[in-house]
Amino acid sequence: MIEHLNYFLSYDFVLNALIAGTLAGILGAVVGYFVVVRKAGFAAHALAHIGFTGATGAALFALSPLEGMLIISVLAGMMMGAYGNRLQRSDLAIGMTLSICLGIGMLFLTFYRGFAGHATAILFGDIFGVSHRQIIQTLVLSALSLGTLLVFSRRLLFVSLQPDLAEARGISLSASSIIFSVILAISVTLASQVVGILLVFTLVIGPAGIASRFCRTFWSGLATSVTIGLLAVWIGILLACFTNWPATFWITMIIFFLYLITEAVCRYAFRGA
Amino acid sequence: MTSAISITNGGVRLGGRDILQGVNAEIATGEFIGLFGPNGAGKSTLMRCILGLTPLSSGSISVFGEAPGRANGVIGYMPQSRTSLEGSALTVRALVSAVEGGNRWGIPWNSRAARGEVERALELAGAGEYANRRFSVLSGGEKQRIALAQALLGKPRLLILDEPLASLDPRNQMRMVENVARIKATTGATILFIAHDVNPLIKVMDRVIYIAGGGAAIGSPDEIISSAALSKLYGAEINVVRAEGKIFIVAAEGNVTEAAHHD
Ligand SMILES: Nc1ncnc2c1ncn2[C@@H]1O[C@H](COP(=O)(O)OP(=O)(O)OP(=O)(O)O)[C@@H](O)[C@H]1O
Ligand SMILES: [Mg+2]
Repeated sequence: MIEHLNYFLSYDFVLNALIAGTLAGILGAVVGYFVVVRKAGFAAHALAHIGFTGATGAALFALSPLEGMLIISVLAGMMMGAYGNRLQRSDLAIGMTLSICLGIGMLFLTFYRGFAGHATAILFGDIFGVSHRQIIQTLVLSALSLGTLLVFSRRLLFVSLQPDLAEARGISLSASSIIFSVILAISVTLASQVVGILLVFTLVIGPAGIASRFCRTFWSGLATSVTIGLLAVWIGILLACFTNWPATFWITMIIFFLYLITEAVCRYAFRGA
Repeated sequence: MTSAISITNGGVRLGGRDILQGVNAEIATGEFIGLFGPNGAGKSTLMRCILGLTPLSSGSISVFGEAPGRANGVIGYMPQSRTSLEGSALTVRALVSAVEGGNRWGIPWNSRAARGEVERALELAGAGEYANRRFSVLSGGEKQRIALAQALLGKPRLLILDEPLASLDPRNQMRMVENVARIKATTGATILFIAHDVNPLIKVMDRVIYIAGGGAAIGSPDEIISSAALSKLYGAEINVVRAEGKIFIVAAEGNVTEAAHHD
């Protein structure tokens, strides 16, 4: 077992996968916690799917898929943030942004025919195909996002939990929502390298959603979310090495079973309470 | 006595419609003001104007001698919308802690002093005993006290409470009112208390603002809650009936506009 492990770790692509997975897992779990508090699941889902347009467009403009996805998601994130700073209004703004972006993506697809081969990698992730250059980009982007949260998370938590009060305390709802959407766009782009754009939910909302079901404080929720995210990514990647089944499959499996267990335990423990 | 809020000829226009016009009010520090009026009259809107969140279209407001919004650091606000946090296990204490100093930069970590402030506010709002419970499972009345606790953070000099009695049973309405009256007595804060029924507040309020028909009238409870004053404000005949120690406000046609029918 340990021998096998050493053997796998001697490969660069396994190490790269673990590094990219770790960074995306941490960022996804942290940002996901705010997604859950803000009930912004639809925004996360939409930003990930919008990445598809970026990936198809990137091929046309000689960019890497990661760069293309990042640019389009960040732009779309700003648009969603600017137009929908209140929950009630945001669903429409998000849906519209998603539609126009996917429409453009469709157009890109007709121009660029050699794309089909990449499609599976983009839709379902290709963690073992992460290049050295992508690792550096991932590192920079995670540091940037986590750094912003280090400065901004206190305000973000307040404005997410109590928007009316936060507004009265001089916090701009639309500015907060734009900043958060950009961070969210970065984290779904990074997560989509690991699990693909269709399954971003698994890394960005899964761990945080599970944690928020039973963690009673902000910090315990955040720590649990990160722990779940990291365990799922690491175990998923290693299981993929042992079984040759896709890492994405294992990661979704792990998160889903943790979710089932949490639901069962919560229902039992919080009966009536 | 210095002035806490001063509104001169204030008017508000929203969505192409005049909501309020010609509002004049001079509120002294330490006053307990009851603010009444039918649904959609503009009570919450007037509060947003005082907080500087909605601009006046005419006239002016000053709050503690400053432009609205400038003094918000010393205003405690209990908005009409309530949090639910459904499905989340966050405790009452965790929620209130996130609000304390929530407009500062950095990470959500509270100093010992800030944690003490959270406990003080919870105690003052009568919510000390369920600080450790999950917020999402509290009853409506219990959640209301948490909203009050959040408004009390930072020792505000002005408390703006937007319908703190909504969905409370008569007993808990009394407790909420007594609680706010006690807070006023111990902290000396000015209170703006929005409600639909005048009866629970009749013993504690110093003056009344009544908003209806786009205008506002301010004065002593006896002055404003009278057939003459309300008829003028509504532009229709209104009767104020006192029976069994309670006040009923009845439109002449017989339908009750605002009365003690919240239980
Ligand atoms: N942003 C807005 N745009 C257009 N109209 C608005 C806006 N905000 C409020 N209004 C209108 O202003 C009027 C007053 O609303 P407000 O919320 O102040 O009423 P209220 O007196 O607090 O009523 P309630 O007792 O139901 O809480 C309503 O008719 C409402 O539709
Ligand atoms: Mg209102």
